[in-house]
Amino acid sequence: MAGGTEPSPTPETEEFWAGTRQGELRIQHCNNCGKNYFYPRPFCRYCQSRNVEWRVVSGLGTLISYVINYRPVPPAAPDEPQVIALVELDEGPRMLTNIVGVAPEPENLPLDARVRVDFEPRGEQVLPVFRLESQVSA
Amino acid sequence: MTSMHGGQVAIVGASETDEVGVLPDRAMLQLHAEAGLNALADAGLTAADVDGVATAGPLPLEVSHHLGIQPRWLDGTMVGGCSFMLHVRHAAAAIAAGAADVVLITHGESGRSRVGVAPYARGPASAQGQFEAPFGAVAPYSTFTVPALRFLHDRGMSRDDLAEVVVAQREWAAGNPRAFRRKPATVESVLADRPIAYPFTREMCCVVTDGGGALVLTSAERAADLPGGQHAVYLLGSGEACEAPLMSQMDEVGSFGAFRRASAEAFATSGVSHAGIDHLMGYDAFAHLPLYMLEDLGFVGRGESGAFIREGHTRPGGSLPMNTNGGGLSYTHTGMYGMFAIQEAVRQLRGQAAVQVPDVTTSFVQGVGMFFGAAGSLVLTNRRP
Repeated sequence: MAGGTEPSPTPETEEFWAGTRQGELRIQHCNNCGKNYFYPRPFCRYCQSRNVEWRVVSGLGTLISYVINYRPVPPAAPDEPQVIALVELDEGPRMLTNIVGVAPEPENLPLDARVRVDFEPRGEQVLPVFRLESQVSA
Repeated sequence: MTSMHGGQVAIVGASETDEVGVLPDRAMLQLHAEAGLNALADAGLTAADVDGVATAGPLPLEVSHHLGIQPRWLDGTMVGGCSFMLHVRHAAAAIAAGAADVVLITHGESGRSRVGVAPYARGPASAQGQFEAPFGAVAPYSTFTVPALRFLHDRGMSRDDLAEVVVAQREWAAGNPRAFRRKPATVESVLADRPIAYPFTREMCCVVTDGGGALVLTSAERAADLPGGQHAVYLLGSGEACEAPLMSQMDEVGSFGAFRRASAEAFATSGVSHAGIDHLMGYDAFAHLPLYMLEDLGFVGRGESGAFIREGHTRPGGSLPMNTNGGGLSYTHTGMYGMFAIQEAVRQLRGQAAVQVPDVTTSFVQGVGMFFGAAGSLVLTNRRP
């Protein structure tokens, strides 16, 4: 991937970024209502319970929607198109991410394609990005 | 007076800056002032008559002091481009409650020339800075656009439907001398334009301009005694709603809950049905938004928005004239377009639009803000109930 800004974790999100640095995708689970949620916060987004825990998820998901951005903003490389995508994890939450490892053409990116998380360094942090499952297994 | 709705509050002054487009000789705050003074003159009032100020972008205290106004009521509600719909709604509540008598709402943005504005930046520790910006979702064209493919896919629609939105609105812009883009467009020409963020070409993205607009509101009772009362426009109903600050956190990707909730409240409070609306302004920063709005506001059923536009219902002569100034896609878009949508509704209701729709009595104005973050809805009429 062609660079970009680096996220700056807060106390509430540090566990998420510690996970990606170790090659794990960690999502919060509510022990009160049973739902998984994203983005990170120390209470449940659905029932406001503080009885929540971090869980490592499968990293598998579905491509919900995307754009192919032909005009990336610096510090991303302006001439390398980005696939900016919404991925829904099998565990429920939806994330905005990049699809990597595939030529950025619409015919390569059918909606509802199965995707799997991968990790790419960005400065001192590691970003969760996704690859098409068909390409992972190929 | 007991209600903010039902036509008891009136817009008595409405004006844009002298020009909209490319205005490198005016700083952002001066665009507020120019529009504000124009709107006061339109109302037949002066700054000394104003006791309430609302704005988004700069602080209301900055606009107040710049104009020499000492308000007793301030509203700095900031929900992006639909902030002004919320300001109208909040001003109406304040006037109904006696907290203000004359409210001035201003917008000004040096969106193209960037004169007198702070750099656009979100910190890397914000939710956007952690979970969107690192992936390239920074500019509106690479963020607000992300859900569109899902909307089209789920309805068996295509990029042609995005292009039809542009073509339909260009038909309005062609007759508007103030419109930034006026050259006729076809589906083919829109699709062949420079790609920005697939599925969007440049023509499917709004223009980027400088400009401003302002509104003056007071009670319908007082309006009757003002010069601006001759062309008063009355607030029948309104609604506001918000959803998520992150694109990934929309409740549904192919429908915007805040459109549904805000518009439902506006219809309910106005007592007007869809059939009673004869003009629609729908904030169109990008070509997918009018499609979402037509469906989420209930003007058409799910999956019917593309055909509705293709068949000409929103074009000149159609049953639901929409974005009759050309919209953000063709007329102007300073960054927070909502003020211009309201201005065009007022012009149509006054019979003063560049491309006037015959016999407009009721207009629905739908705003969106912070990408798919917030929504504001107004129902306006030119008949005092």
